[in-house]
Amino acid sequence: MRKLALSDEILLSVTHPERYIGNELNSVTKDRDSVRLRFAMCFPDVYEIGMSHLGIQILYSMFNDREDVWCERVYSPWTDLEMIMREKDIPLFALESQDPVKCFDFLGITIQYEMCYSNILQILDLSGIPIWSKDRKEDDPIVIGGGPCTYNSEPIADFFDIIYLGEGETDYDRLFDVYIDNKNNGGTRLSFLEKAAQIPGLYVPSFYEPVYNEDDTFKEMKILNDNAKSVITKNVCLDFDKAPYALKPVIPFIKITQDRVVLEVQRGCIRGCRFCQAGMIYRPVREKSLDVLKMHARAMIESTGHEEISLSSLSTSDYSRISELVKWLVEEYRTKYINISLPSLRIDNFFLDMMERVSDSKKGSLTFAPEAGSQRMRDVINKGITTEDIMSGSGLAFKAGWTKVKLYFMLGLPGETDEDVTAIPDLANDIAMNYFDTVPKEERKGKRVDVNTSTSFFIPKPFTPFQWAAMDTKEEFLRKAHLVKETMEKELNHKSLRYQYHESDLSELEGVFARGDRRLSKVIYDAYMSGCRFDSWSESFKYDIWCEAFEKNGIDRDFYTVRERGADEAFPWDFINVGVTKEFLRREYENSKKGIVTPNCREKCSGCGAMMFGTGVCTAERSSV
Amino acid sequence: MHGRKVICMKIRIRFKKHGPVRFIGHLDTMRFIQKLIRRAGIPAAYSEGFSPHQKLSFAQALGVGVESEGEYFDLELNDDLCEELSSGSIIERLNACSVEGIEIKDCVKLPDKAKNAMASVFAADYHVRIRKGHELSFDLKKAVDDFNNAKSAKVVKKTKKTSRDLELKDLVYELKTKEDALFMRLNASSANSVKPGLIMEYLCEKNGCGFDPLSLMITRLDIYDTEMKPLSASGIHF
Ligand code: SF4
Repeated sequence: MRKLALSDEILLSVTHPERYIGNELNSVTKDRDSVRLRFAMCFPDVYEIGMSHLGIQILYSMFNDREDVWCERVYSPWTDLEMIMREKDIPLFALESQDPVKCFDFLGITIQYEMCYSNILQILDLSGIPIWSKDRKEDDPIVIGGGPCTYNSEPIADFFDIIYLGEGETDYDRLFDVYIDNKNNGGTRLSFLEKAAQIPGLYVPSFYEPVYNEDDTFKEMKILNDNAKSVITKNVCLDFDKAPYALKPVIPFIKITQDRVVLEVQRGCIRGCRFCQAGMIYRPVREKSLDVLKMHARAMIESTGHEEISLSSLSTSDYSRISELVKWLVEEYRTKYINISLPSLRIDNFFLDMMERVSDSKKGSLTFAPEAGSQRMRDVINKGITTEDIMSGSGLAFKAGWTKVKLYFMLGLPGETDEDVTAIPDLANDIAMNYFDTVPKEERKGKRVDVNTSTSFFIPKPFTPFQWAAMDTKEEFLRKAHLVKETMEKELNHKSLRYQYHESDLSELEGVFARGDRRLSKVIYDAYMSGCRFDSWSESFKYDIWCEAFEKNGIDRDFYTVRERGADEAFPWDFINVGVTKEFLRREYENSKKGIVTPNCREKCSGCGAMMFGTGVCTAERSSV
Repeated sequence: MHGRKVICMKIRIRFKKHGPVRFIGHLDTMRFIQKLIRRAGIPAAYSEGFSPHQKLSFAQALGVGVESEGEYFDLELNDDLCEELSSGSIIERLNACSVEGIEIKDCVKLPDKAKNAMASVFAADYHVRIRKGHELSFDLKKAVDDFNNAKSAKVVKKTKKTSRDLELKDLVYELKTKEDALFMRLNASSANSVKPGLIMEYLCEKNGCGFDPLSLMITRLDIYDTEMKPLSASGIHF
């Protein structure tokens, strides 16, 4: 029986001891002495959040497929356990072997959102690994980061030895081989990093030094080591059908949000919404074939025992064979007591028919994400959904018995006027009206319609057409949210409408880090040292302490957020090549100001640059519809 | 297929829960077992209605941190599909798909009229050890003798809402020391169950000591029905 890192007394006194014991179904245990490389894969948030993440599952299974590698998992200990660990000097450990992270060869951290930055420091700190990469010694693990935030990793670059850019499925093998080779030949940490720096997609931050202009804007990256590349191109899975997948995902004992089989039908998105970073950095869109998806579904149902299956991607309704896939799922699984959770598809008769077959009379919510209230604004952000789409879709669904609608919008989009803001409650009102118009009173069975509107605050992200745009101030965000609220209260159907919005303090910080530079690492360090962690959990977010950390370091948050960048301004992330070019993004920004819509990749190629990878939709034939 | 009444066969499974999985709570253990049955391809019968679920019932919840040699659940099988099955093959299939520490030990077929596992529970045996570093400051053997010789042993059992007087002499069927440990046979029925912690707390108090629930390492050994037969004795191997 495995020995646990924590004593019974500790486990029985913390919340959710199951988070720390490992031993889950499909978790992988190997013999310490028979592997040559040990990798600790970390999602820097609590277990339940981290375990719901698909990417880690994929890499975990892929790494463990290598006989000479043992990959284990690490999550952030909740603050109750952190206190005990500090008091009793217990180092952070990996779940499978329960061995300290410090004795691993690699600590890999996936960086999914900016507000986990303080948690990254907690992981390093509790592991006993020096927080700054420059302070690490020969026998400290190599700390490597991956995930969406790495496309501008500058605010946290000094905490990492290596940043992996792009899709993890492609080039880890080479990195592992180089590492094992270097170790066998008695190479040093530096000699390994120099070799790693030559591998495509790998960025070794310590080999680069950012230089700034006198006005504090970024000037350029100075290269400090001959092995460092001047441009780093992200890694892309070229043959997506052959990409490894987590066919035996780890199944936690605790119930998590993702308690079902997840089929990733495609990566990337054809749409090109101008606010969306994922839509740009994962270009080009690559689909999986039906046969591969069927094989995945069968294998995963068998290996997990899950009673539900769902589809995942940025925009599943754009998967070109979606109706065939859904039909197959319904036929294959309806009689096997497996629920099918349908993605939010375009609402048409096919969708309603399928819904009819997978669910009975109790209908869930219809979800629309128009993102902006007015058509003018939707053209600005290139969101290809029209008021007519929403009205005809909701009309059909209302007739079929739906009565709940969820709407998602953003506030603070570039160029937004108060009219655009009030168009949000107006649209919600029109949808409610649509219900009363399409469903005659005698068919309503006393039911009302519920239209739930949520807004989030728009945060400009690197590698999007809005990377130049000014973000709204906190005060402006709140003013707009109140405007939505007040307008909604005056709508004719206000009794059917509900509204929710997020706090703006967190959005402000996210905005700073999203387009931040290396000067912010001191701020993150100081905030962590003063007790910040779990910032994305409202109960533990300490805005005041963050503000103090900024002040202490003489850093003005507005410089990063509310400032419109000049057309020629260099960005700290310019040396990273995601395929999509800066010229294309600028063109898109100019188009947005004129309200010019750009067609999606399947209609027409707009020459974004991702063609360089020679795969996916870029090379597929376009049907002339 | 349609219109034909499916007669269900009911089986009772005994399993062991030990090692790190003792920290898995009851609901999560149930979910684990549900998925285990699916993975193993055991032809469970499902309830009617829109969201069908396995006809599965557990004997009794086990506290977090407690190990067990004798946990039980009943499962109805879809007879149409279980011709090939035997006690042995079910045990084997479930164990092949389980995790370390959850081990299927026995499988019997229940008579049609058998009460379900939960309703059958009357008593349970426990093995209770004192954790290192929590050594008792009194003589356990003597404390147990005193308890056994006493006419009455009253305690107040408190829950979140209620508190009630209990006569332990009626609910403790056996209490003895076994080297450094204790063996207890206690009432486990839904109306009157007592837990090993309550007994230990009583002994501590009687001997002028405070009681720390963290000081106990508990293993449930088996669960019995009103005839004091283990729940697995209600059925036959097949
Ligand atoms: S190169 Fe053309 S088809 Fe390919 S992702 Fe860019 S816009 Fe789309």
